[in-house]
Amino acid sequence: MQDFSAAFGLAFSLIIGADADLIEIIALSLRVSISAVLLSGLIGFPLGALIAVTRFPGRQVAAVLLNALMGLPPVVVGLLVYMAISRAGPLGWMNLLYSPAAMIIAQTILVTPIIAALTRQVVEDMHKEYDEQFRSLCIAPHRVIAALIWDSRYSLLTVTLAGFGRAIAEVGAVIIVGGNIDHLTRVMTTAIALETSKGDLALALALGIILLILALSVNAAVYGLRSSARRLAYA
Amino acid sequence: MPASLLLPLEVDDLCYRIGPDLLLDKVSVAIENTGISVIMGPNGAGKSLFLRLIHGLLEPSAGEIRWAGRSLGPDTRRRQALVFQKPVLMRRSVAANIDFVLKPQGGRYRQRRDEVLHEAGLYRLRNQAARLLSGGEQQRLALARALATNPDVLLLDEPCASIDSAATLRIENLLRQTRERGVKIILVTHDTGQARRLADDMLFMHNGRLLEHGPAAEFFAAPSSEQARAFLDGKIVI
Repeated sequence: MQDFSAAFGLAFSLIIGADADLIEIIALSLRVSISAVLLSGLIGFPLGALIAVTRFPGRQVAAVLLNALMGLPPVVVGLLVYMAISRAGPLGWMNLLYSPAAMIIAQTILVTPIIAALTRQVVEDMHKEYDEQFRSLCIAPHRVIAALIWDSRYSLLTVTLAGFGRAIAEVGAVIIVGGNIDHLTRVMTTAIALETSKGDLALALALGIILLILALSVNAAVYGLRSSARRLAYA
Repeated sequence: MPASLLLPLEVDDLCYRIGPDLLLDKVSVAIENTGISVIMGPNGAGKSLFLRLIHGLLEPSAGEIRWAGRSLGPDTRRRQALVFQKPVLMRRSVAANIDFVLKPQGGRYRQRRDEVLHEAGLYRLRNQAARLLSGGEQQRLALARALATNPDVLLLDEPCASIDSAATLRIENLLRQTRERGVKIILVTHDTGQARRLADDMLFMHNGRLLEHGPAAEFFAAPSSEQARAFLDGKIVI
């Protein structure tokens, strides 16, 4: 219990005091995860929509595979990315190991299947509604995909949020490829893991509380945006 | 009235089957370029199915469909527009729904969009979300969007099925103006009053078969089939 009250007190004083180290860690966490989510969106939205609207042999297999990849273990992704970018790996020449870029790559691999699989579901439902009208209007396939993505934009915001939740909360992948280096690759989750292993539970918990507040704020913002969209009948 | 280039429509022995059920049974008809052709009949007669087949949204199980001697394809479909019973509007503003079909045509599409919206009486609602319009306004927007594509042939599937009489009147007036411009209209309805008001040419369907086809005046004066007589008398036709 003492740990909890100390943690709350510490979290409060860290936030109020705008601790420079803490701000650096939060900023890097956000930079890495937001970049990964943006990249995943660039790949995942069109990929999910493409699988939703096109008919090709193996489409069901692709959908099942995508759903299965949603549960990719972060440590496995971390390990694979590590092998690819370590000095002996095929991408070793890029010198990415233990850099924020490596962390972004790993999280992008983790988040892309989540965004693509959920996008497929959302777009497929909307496609059922629009399909006859679009075929009647002879809309070209690339315009169909773009229109479906645009018209489901508010649902896709929630999809993006699911991806962001996964990215900001995972520790396995970033700790392997980032190395948790102070002032370089230390993010919220790796810092929590480190402080816990050092026995500084209050600081670890304080960081955890800040992480939760961050997640809550992002969720609340998206919820507000979706509600206003629903009022406008755009969602 | 200028002639539509896509007519006549010739349909030979058209059948549509789902499993053991024959939903459309050897329908043969030639529809000429004469204003508004109305397809009437009770529910389940195969009217909407016929409309989707001649538009090319469904593959027939047997039979042939030719528009001005040409078989169905994207080329013929592109010159037609279909308005569905339940309007499918995009999750965008009224103006953006029209822009969606006009943009690929390029040029000064905004001017054309405003013309179309004025014609449909929707200009003042142009910035509203399309899905917040009333039922009648939604249907008018769907019709305006169809007309924005400059079709040779306009197909309508029960466009006034769930709207009130004032909204119906506005739609019917729009259809009359469209006919005057030389656009061929094929309209599906089960509303006898609407058929009497609009039809130049009547088709009566029942149980997947075309029972009658002829000039509207003749059909309403003396329908030849027992089912059409009963339908016009307001009896329940099964």
